[in-house]
Amino acid sequence: MMEHWIVAPVVLPAMLAPLIVLWMRYDLVTQRVASVLGMSALLILAIVLMVSASNGPPEVYRLGDWEPPYGIVLVLDRLSALMLVLNAILGLVVVLYAIGSGWDRRGWHFHSLMQFQMMGINGAFLTGDAFNLFVFFEVLLIASYGLMIHGGGKARLKSGVQYVVYNLAGSTLFLFALGTIYAVAGTLNMADLAQKVGQLPADDTALIAVGAALLMLVFAVKAALVPFQFWLPATYTNAPGPVAALFAIMTKVGVYAIVRVYTLIFPITGTTGTLAHDLLLPAALVTLVIGMVGILGARDLGRAVTYSVIGSVGTMMLAFAQFTQGATAAGLYYMVHSTLVAAALFLIADLVRERRGRWGLSLVDAPLMRNHGMLAAFFFIGALAMAGMPPLSGFLGKLMILDATRGQWGLWATVLITSLIAIVGFARVGSQVFWRPYGFADEESPDLPKDMLSPALAFSATGALIAGLVALTVLAGPVTGWMQSTAAQLFTPAIYIDAVMGGAEARAQEAARIGQQEHGHMEVIDEMRHENAGSDPAAHPQAETPQTGHDAPAAH
Amino acid sequence: MEVLVSSAIGVLTAAGIYMILRLRTFPVVIGMSLLSYGVNVFLFATGRLVVNQPPILRDGVTSYTDPIPQALVLTAIVISFGMTAVVVMLALGAFIEAGNDRIDLDESEGDQ
Repeated sequence: MMEHWIVAPVVLPAMLAPLIVLWMRYDLVTQRVASVLGMSALLILAIVLMVSASNGPPEVYRLGDWEPPYGIVLVLDRLSALMLVLNAILGLVVVLYAIGSGWDRRGWHFHSLMQFQMMGINGAFLTGDAFNLFVFFEVLLIASYGLMIHGGGKARLKSGVQYVVYNLAGSTLFLFALGTIYAVAGTLNMADLAQKVGQLPADDTALIAVGAALLMLVFAVKAALVPFQFWLPATYTNAPGPVAALFAIMTKVGVYAIVRVYTLIFPITGTTGTLAHDLLLPAALVTLVIGMVGILGARDLGRAVTYSVIGSVGTMMLAFAQFTQGATAAGLYYMVHSTLVAAALFLIADLVRERRGRWGLSLVDAPLMRNHGMLAAFFFIGALAMAGMPPLSGFLGKLMILDATRGQWGLWATVLITSLIAIVGFARVGSQVFWRPYGFADEESPDLPKDMLSPALAFSATGALIAGLVALTVLAGPVTGWMQSTAAQLFTPAIYIDAVMGGAEARAQEAARIGQQEHGHMEVIDEMRHENAGSDPAAHPQAETPQTGHDAPAAH
Repeated sequence: MEVLVSSAIGVLTAAGIYMILRLRTFPVVIGMSLLSYGVNVFLFATGRLVVNQPPILRDGVTSYTDPIPQALVLTAIVISFGMTAVVVMLALGAFIEAGNDRIDLDESEGDQ
């Protein structure tokens, strides 16, 4: 029974989104209620799945009961469960913020697009099929195109076009990569691919290595790794605040895909060797430097936050690029931290923008804004956490990454120096936006936007993210233990492969055994059973189809 | 046939890449379409090029076309068609809003 819940994080938003569009179209209150309820349900669901995933081997859901590798499977392991929870938390917070700040009424269909976005992201985290991953990428991208231009406006639409074109090019590259891999391995099921790629003869790896490298480029585009980070600053700065906060998880979809694919299909001990490590490590280092220096060069608060997101992606990719268990555990901890803090900073930036009136986020002198002290405190906490200063989780995360990369002094130096640059950058931004206005204390504060529903709700949503950071710091011990088990599971791909492929063989043998017994004993029932054979997945002719694709040259 | 198909993929992709590097939205959209045509033909060829064979394997049949790339291509065509429609609408919106169809942001636009 439990296995059917695995598909629920995809199905629930997929059902709710059209309902919101078609049924509640003109009633914003109902939309808001449905959206919040849907997000809360997703969060509960994700937590239940996480508990279930941490107590056993990966669970597999066969869509339409087709046996892998022919059918599409969803796989729930510890990593995907973690990402589901993270996504659900972010979704709920963003919806609450959008309601409180009035963003959801500045354009059409915010709530349904949010649900579609959740569907795409959850699907990408759950799927065990590489082509299905492409499809879910497209689902989440098309929803994000809508969210990105929510509210309209010249700058937003223009950067929206850039964002769409960049990602379309990325999707095309994804198809090229999948085609190349399919041409070599003859399958796209991830577990099956892992087996097939492992069995390739050592002198026949050139093409699969091309496929692996192309795939890396695609995920690097999503994760905004150098040299593919160009789309991110303009997109995130011009996106509506809550949407930018949600996009904090979108770069993590790329990171997740890199971790998944290059531990399962192309492990460092496998056919393609250290390819992933060799590509990722320099890219991560440059990403880190560019991101943190970008904070220093930013001309407004929003830009500073977007560059810090790029920098944090660089930091976590440094950890993942090691492809060791310890570094991956540290990277996972840092990833959770970075998602929460990036989202919090985007929300804080939006709160500031709403309150600074015509001055927006630019680093110029402006009068004191409403809730000035509160916002300054929020920004201070967020900036500390993002730069990796004690006491918050950013410090712990960076400490763990440094600990796991002991001995690589160049890497240590880069992380430490860029942290210093980030601190200087944030100090510069913060003092301009939050300290200088005290010099103009007698000027009147700008008015709030009129469509704001409840500033208290917007503040609470932002505060919830900061509370999450504090929780992550306080519970660092148990969380790290959990991450280590997750990394251990990732670095034993056999667990994943067995869960997906092992079940199919066992079921096929079982069916064959039952079939033989009945053949001997009861011929009447046997005849009836044969008529029903189509409904029995193991007896389905597809299951006996030999491998095509790779073996197809015989057909020439 | 191999030469024909592979050169078609190459030409489509090269033309597509050239077009998406242009500065106006219209050539970029055309470039995206060309690129997606290129990748569709490429996907089609990943199941090996076989002529006049059914895409189904039955007992006793030894030569057949791999059906999976055909399903993949179908999915890819649908998705790229939808995405092209989205990018056309978006480009149109940006053109109406901004009054020009340049794809790059100029200094003032980048920072709102």
